[in-house]
Amino acid sequence: MNSFDEFLAMGGYGFYVWTAYGIGFVVLVMNVVLPLIQRKQFLRELALKQKRVKK
Amino acid sequence: MSIVPAPILRFYHRMASPPHFYSFTDKLLPWLIAIFLLLLAYGLYAGLYLAPTDYQQGDSYRIIYLHVPAAWMSLFIYVIMAMAGAISLIWRMKIAEVVMISSAPIGASFTFVALVTGSLWGKPMWGTWWVWDARLTSELILLFLYLGVISLYGAIEDKRTAARAVAILALVGVVNIPIIHYSVQWWNTLHQGPTVSKMDKPSIHVDMLIPLLVMAVAFKFYYAIAMLQTAKVEILKREQNTQWVKKLLEAKT
Repeated sequence: MNSFDEFLAMGGYGFYVWTAYGIGFVVLVMNVVLPLIQRKQFLRELALKQKRVKK
Repeated sequence: MSIVPAPILRFYHRMASPPHFYSFTDKLLPWLIAIFLLLLAYGLYAGLYLAPTDYQQGDSYRIIYLHVPAAWMSLFIYVIMAMAGAISLIWRMKIAEVVMISSAPIGASFTFVALVTGSLWGKPMWGTWWVWDARLTSELILLFLYLGVISLYGAIEDKRTAARAVAILALVGVVNIPIIHYSVQWWNTLHQGPTVSKMDKPSIHVDMLIPLLVMAVAFKFYYAIAMLQTAKVEILKREQNTQWVKKLLEAKT
């Protein structure tokens, strides 16, 4: 457990290192997840539109 | 007679067609994601755990494994975006327009990550979050170029006209790329000089260098994944009134 604590501490620079990686992680995940959500949403809208046209 | 082999030419023409590009992307993505995750896992493990502590900077230097690959990507993606812009201006190729505009948010993200992680590295090492140093300032201009590309595209209603305007802006902005690259040599201020790309011998230990290169390759795959995901949305929006999108919708419901 001690060595894991040491790993997290990053020789006293833990705050800087983990904040950097945390922000990087959030930004990179957003770039993949947002287009997925947008596509689902757009396809749903398009399907609704087509149904209306058929009726 | 063409100097390009026939199969490559055929592939190029198929990829120029949106429905083919769309279905090819679907087949490619799982592979790209698998390779990316493997490289990322190894790169992070090697960078954050295996690599030795730096004798001057302690463990703070480990930000390098995010900071430097992100900064490289910010330039790499800009060049791809400008090249796609040139192709779309010359050949009016729809897919090139889509690649160009889908690259912009990812490039902007990497630029943002490079700036923020640089700031988080600069605070403990330089004692300041920000200086108006040439490298930092030119990278900030790059972020504004990306944001300019994104807003210009959004501001013009007709997407083909928008793509032409954006392509010109992207090409003009290319002038910033060598400025960023050489800034640490032309203006010797706070940002450190190159450690990896020095022609003779990189001044970095090989155990520190390998994770850096692995992360750089991982980010190339990440770019492909994120760009293609974004491109799929863009293609659907542009092609919503075509037969193939209607068929795609029917197949889904």
